[in-house]
Amino acid sequence: MSRVLLLVVALFPGIAFADEINSGDTAWILTSTALVLFMTLPGLALFYSGLVRAKNVLSVLMQCFAIACLVSILWMLGVYGLAFGDGGSLNQIIGLGNIMLSDISLDSMSGTIPEIVFFMFQMTFAIITPALIVGGFAERMKFSAVLLFSALWLVLVYAPVCHWVWGGGWLSDMGFMDFAGGAVVHINAGVAAIIAAIMLGNRKGFPHTPMAPHNMTLTVAGASMLWVGWFGFNGGSALASDNSAGMAIAVTHISAAAGSLAWMMCEWVKYDKPSVLGIVTGMVAGLGTITPASGFVGPMGGLAIGLISGFVCFFATQYVKRVLKIDDSLDVFPVHGVGGILGTLLTAVFYANSFGGLATDEAYSIISQLGVQAIGVVATIVWCGVITFGLLKLVDMITGLRVDEDEETEGLDLVLHNERGYSM
Amino acid sequence: MKMIAAVIKPFKLDDVREALSEIGVQGMTVTETKGFGRQKGHTELYRGAEYVVDFLPKIKIEVAVSDDKVNDVIEAITKSANTGKIGDGKIFVSSLEQVVRIRTGETGSEAL
Repeated sequence: MSRVLLLVVALFPGIAFADEINSGDTAWILTSTALVLFMTLPGLALFYSGLVRAKNVLSVLMQCFAIACLVSILWMLGVYGLAFGDGGSLNQIIGLGNIMLSDISLDSMSGTIPEIVFFMFQMTFAIITPALIVGGFAERMKFSAVLLFSALWLVLVYAPVCHWVWGGGWLSDMGFMDFAGGAVVHINAGVAAIIAAIMLGNRKGFPHTPMAPHNMTLTVAGASMLWVGWFGFNGGSALASDNSAGMAIAVTHISAAAGSLAWMMCEWVKYDKPSVLGIVTGMVAGLGTITPASGFVGPMGGLAIGLISGFVCFFATQYVKRVLKIDDSLDVFPVHGVGGILGTLLTAVFYANSFGGLATDEAYSIISQLGVQAIGVVATIVWCGVITFGLLKLVDMITGLRVDEDEETEGLDLVLHNERGYSM
Repeated sequence: MKMIAAVIKPFKLDDVREALSEIGVQGMTVTETKGFGRQKGHTELYRGAEYVVDFLPKIKIEVAVSDDKVNDVIEAITKSANTGKIGDGKIFVSSLEQVVRIRTGETGSEAL
């Protein structure tokens, strides 16, 4: 059927149907889908699990894996429709339809790529966002609570914010710029994580008892996978195999390198020694912060954003841990949350031509765009914050949130999963 | 018969084993352990979370010897395990009531 259509279109060049399939674009987004899934499985999974104590290594892997599976099914059952569907009169706030992918056929298109490919690509973003939150409640949350919370959070926080920014909702109407997920992914995950950390309470013994990472080699392996995968995250968000994807990857990479070195220098100066955990965390800060800006800034912008993020997120982490003494165990808020906020705001600055950005409109005003960005940042923080708080209260009533003290001491792997990570 | 236990720095294990071999001590039991005396621990830092780690890795060597060998063994261990720095370890000598070789059933000094 589609072959006949293509033949007809070829014979009558004046006829314009939906965008024709561009095989370059499609190939790239297929690849990016794999790259971004790889960021969660096993990138983030390894990054996080190396950072916890040995008795909890499997619990983190299990949570990441299970969230990936759960989100995949929910995305298909209807959450994709909430995020990207046409909500009709409600479209400013939420999408509707496409339950069980009823509106997607083999031939459906989304721009120049098949819609099924777009669906899959977006799914990988929907997977990694709740997986990131794991870092805020690691080593003490019940597995049943993790599943229930993640499912509800996907529907009530991720889907709406995604719709507002990318699905034709009110933020995109306002001109809010978020190329690959500064607000949708990083601010969302960061805010949810710190609220979870506060509501679950600190781990027993925090901050005086040593809770050192049990296997930094896993963490560095995972971090490396995140760097590579991020090329799909930001590069793929161009939704095309073209110069804009290339530039997105370039600025992403530069920001990662700059963020790494900036954090490393901070540690070297403050503590006399640069650490490997520091350099990879700086990398994550650089990558998270460039994410909203990645399609809008030039290489100099990438460098600046990377350096700034390394410094800012370093001090944010110190502040949350040492001053506020909040046990956001894997520093999700100071890195992803603060990085996401910073990057979303800096997008307005570095988009401008005077800062090497890709703005084409001569009348572009940094100040006015900054205002729009700020509204998006605040809206995301408030919505995510309030709903996350409510959901955690609800889940606490249904399953309880935290394991008891003895279980926490014993370790989640044995207590919740009847398994040992290592038998040596 | 005496049981001599020596807690030493891990990298000194080979030197001590050779020294004991030279004086005719053929068998020993080695345990990986942790401990501290006057040696200070060290600090580890993870993203701003600072931990003081008191316990240092050590090796414990246990040898069972006849009374006449005790002084030689003490001298051999002391010389080979010594670095001159704090944390070299200690030697503990205790009386051994009975020794049995499991394979043959020999007891006492024949089992040493």
